[in-house]
Amino acid sequence: MSLVLFWLFALVMLGFGAAVVINRNPIASALSLVLCFMGLSALFMSLDAFFIGIIQILVYAGAVMVLFLFIIMLLDLRAEKRRRMNHVAIVGGAVVALAFFLQIYFIVGQLSAAKQPFPPLAATKMDDVHNIGLLLFSNYTLPFQIIGVLVLVATIGVIVLSKRELR
Amino acid sequence: MVTLGHYLIVSGALFTIGFAGVILRRNIIIIFMSLELMLNAANLSLVAFSRFRVDPNGVPNFNAQVFVFFIITVAAAEVAVGLAIIVALYRARQTTHVEDVSSLKF
Repeated sequence: MSLVLFWLFALVMLGFGAAVVINRNPIASALSLVLCFMGLSALFMSLDAFFIGIIQILVYAGAVMVLFLFIIMLLDLRAEKRRRMNHVAIVGGAVVALAFFLQIYFIVGQLSAAKQPFPPLAATKMDDVHNIGLLLFSNYTLPFQIIGVLVLVATIGVIVLSKRELR
Repeated sequence: MVTLGHYLIVSGALFTIGFAGVILRRNIIIIFMSLELMLNAANLSLVAFSRFRVDPNGVPNFNAQVFVFFIITVAAAEVAVGLAIIVALYRARQTTHVEDVSSLKF
């Protein structure tokens, strides 16, 4: 992965990620989020995690974002009207976020492992779906079943929440 | 040459954008999207660590990728439930603005 491609996809991801927060129109935010996830998926593939990159696009850009757009259009949300904004809160929030980023930046700068390049992979074909599936059904069987129950509970919860009379 | 630090800093920047969105925005759907950004920033650093920890056979450490798989599943379930809660909130109050929903505020 060359440095140019890395920065290209990283800037696409961060630029559209910032657009999610900055846009006033929720639909524009949701579409920016799709493009942000596309850039993120490209970064996953640059790390040789092809399976994760594909399910990132399938699950997020496919399922989750369609759900977001569906809800935004169902509720018929327009661009927010300009409300009187609390400038102290905005400046305070921006300062806290910036301080957080600077902390990460300096901590990563002091990490000696962060300066090393990625070690080379084996030349033979690396089947990551095979490896992840093997781990899921051997070491992580119990978490996998718990996740199944979680998805079932989420399905039932959504049906209960969406019923007309909520008591 | 791309190092582990590049990915960690980009991941931190994405997390910061999500964090700023949660703090600064007042539309509950945008706050929810920012939460997704933060989850994905964590995923990016996990995958970078997975690629960094290569064993002597030249195989990356797939435990982190299994963890990312779990995070994506939980995030999908969370989005479904969260959006259902937002729809229920909109039915009750006709708003998605967090400052209009402050009954529980002390």
